Amino acid sequence: MLILKNVDVFYGKIHTIKRVSLHVNKGEIVALIGGNGAGKTTLLRTISGLMRSSSGSLVFNGLDISKQSPDRIVKKGISHVPEGRLVFKPMSVEDNLLLGSFNWYTLKNRSEIKHDMERIYSIFPILEKRRKQLAGTLSGGEQQMLAIGRALMARPKFLLLDEPSMGLAPTVVKEIFRYIVELRDTYGLTVLLVEQNARSALRIANTGYVLETGRIILQGPAEDLLLNRDVQRAYLGRDVDYTI
Amino acid sequence: MYWEGEKECINREALKQLQLERLQSTLFRVYMNVPFYRKKFDEIGIDPDDFLSLEDLSKLPFTSKDDLRISYPYGMFAVPLSEVVRVQASSGTTGMPTAVGYTRNDIKSWSNLVARILMAGGVTQNDIVQIAFDYGLFTGALGLHFGAERLGASVIPISGGNTRRQVKIMQDFKTTALMCTPSYALSIADTIIETGINVNSLSLKYGLFGAEPWSEAMRHELQEKLNIIATDNYGLSEVMGPGVAGECLERNGLHINEDHFLVEVVNSETLEPLQTGETGELVITTLTKEAFPVIRFRTRDLTSLIIEPCPCGRTFVRMSKVMGRTDDMIKIKGINVFPSQVESVLFEIEGIEPHYQIIVDRKGAVDELTVLVEVSESIFFDRVKKQKDFIDLIKTRLASELGISVEVKPVEKRTLERFEGKAKRVIDKRKL
Repeated sequence: MLILKNVDVFYGKIHTIKRVSLHVNKGEIVALIGGNGAGKTTLLRTISGLMRSSSGSLVFNGLDISKQSPDRIVKKGISHVPEGRLVFKPMSVEDNLLLGSFNWYTLKNRSEIKHDMERIYSIFPILEKRRKQLAGTLSGGEQQMLAIGRALMARPKFLLLDEPSMGLAPTVVKEIFRYIVELRDTYGLTVLLVEQNARSALRIANTGYVLETGRIILQGPAEDLLLNRDVQRAYLGRDVDYTI
Repeated sequence: MYWEGEKECINREALKQLQLERLQSTLFRVYMNVPFYRKKFDEIGIDPDDFLSLEDLSKLPFTSKDDLRISYPYGMFAVPLSEVVRVQASSGTTGMPTAVGYTRNDIKSWSNLVARILMAGGVTQNDIVQIAFDYGLFTGALGLHFGAERLGASVIPISGGNTRRQVKIMQDFKTTALMCTPSYALSIADTIIETGINVNSLSLKYGLFGAEPWSEAMRHELQEKLNIIATDNYGLSEVMGPGVAGECLERNGLHINEDHFLVEVVNSETLEPLQTGETGELVITTLTKEAFPVIRFRTRDLTSLIIEPCPCGRTFVRMSKVMGRTDDMIKIKGINVFPSQVESVLFEIEGIEPHYQIIVDRKGAVDELTVLVEVSESIFFDRVKKQKDFIDLIKTRLASELGISVEVKPVEKRTLERFEGKAKRVIDKRKL
């Protein structure tokens, strides 16, 4: 569905993404893990068009998207849930969701949009309860759900999720990950998931990539990466030498 | 039937992408973790970041068996030993051994790849698998063993040797699939016939043979004698062990597990890449190995690639049956001769037992090739004239196949050595 080949990205003069090749198949969750500053967020921002690659190709459903503007990319079916959620805090939950439909919003579509919003509420019932509340008053977990809900309002086929568990309590993290699995299994969404919480991410993912200083150093079935000692040591917070 | 259908029938475009991703990360890892590769890459000024396509592989240096020997035992490992859960060694048919290692993941994918090949050869979880390869440092037995278990088959780890016992176990345990070298399978078949057991009373259905080159004629012989479907499979310790490639029931070339191995065929002397379909030396790069990755490893095995789609539905390219090893190749009077060529001629002639040996010697400055063949008693004791005609027939056939004149000596049945592992067909007495 999404194929990256030899993508290079520069941040000013710094070569942040080096020759990255990766692919995401339809209906899969692919986890992209790696330490701080490895380039995970940069890579997502490049896919959604917020940053430009200097070379390489990004192909989504057979179409080259490397030169497309972010809003065009959304129209093609890729929605980005940014790191830190970035919900519009002074606006109500409902308005946040409505904004998510910017790419197909017309007065004529109002009833369909309404219908979609109901669907979001059925996935995240807590958002319905808070529909009139200002987004800034929601808890972290609720804001994350709102951010995902807002992305879904664009009717994406493909979701880019950047650190959805960041700053959340463990039980809330679990809940969020359950939602991500549900989005794949029930709604057939394809997900590229960036996470510091490598273990949880790999547990729900089909395949995984390990990014280190801008390079993919490992790729494979998620279950294999969980068994890989390098991954365990570096990203699963397990000191292998002491656990034997 | 497929073990991992989604992967075995992957579309070629997606496969290329997967191979590129895996090659890039493998190159990066060997560069970081194996001093041998780092040195080699640095020497010719190669940065692993420069690899943008699978074709770039040809810029890399080859890795030879000698490279592995120099770094014996652990020099080529890409992970610390604490992460290695198994060490094996190459069978050493051609000299000093080389050690190879496997991480937990390596063992897991090895088992999976073998399971794919077993299933391609007809084996399912309902089969009773007799593994008559030698257990030990040699990868053949344990590789197949783990793969067969992974598949869910019932495994009889009988190991090699004691042919009568093999037959008894085969009868008692109702073995349905036999795995060993083709030459040993032939010994087992002969023992079955000699002891007067009716082959049809056995439960045997499949034979998965490998670890040495064998001809189509040999396959025919084994299928007839054992009343089985015989498939070829291929692997080598340096690359992983069995599970690199294997035949499906079409029996027309071995599907290479291309999502884990990248293959090339090169001219074994000039090392130039060959056109698809031309016969040359197989070169393998591992794409997923963690403990013991190899880059452009020269296998010394001679084969050709078949890219035409296979009716079985697998999209992986096939390699033709290995026709020999570059080191088995006998150069006689400037002409290349492979034992497998001799074998296929011998199999075609009525009255010859499929056991033979090739002796190379030099009289003065002239090379001489002598083929010792076991012949059935009736011919051996027959009239001199008839025997002479028979020998002449073999000579003529061999000469036309090989392009050189050959001496043929008939010997009595059971006088040539039998092999329980890999057969040694050639004795070279020349002092070169």
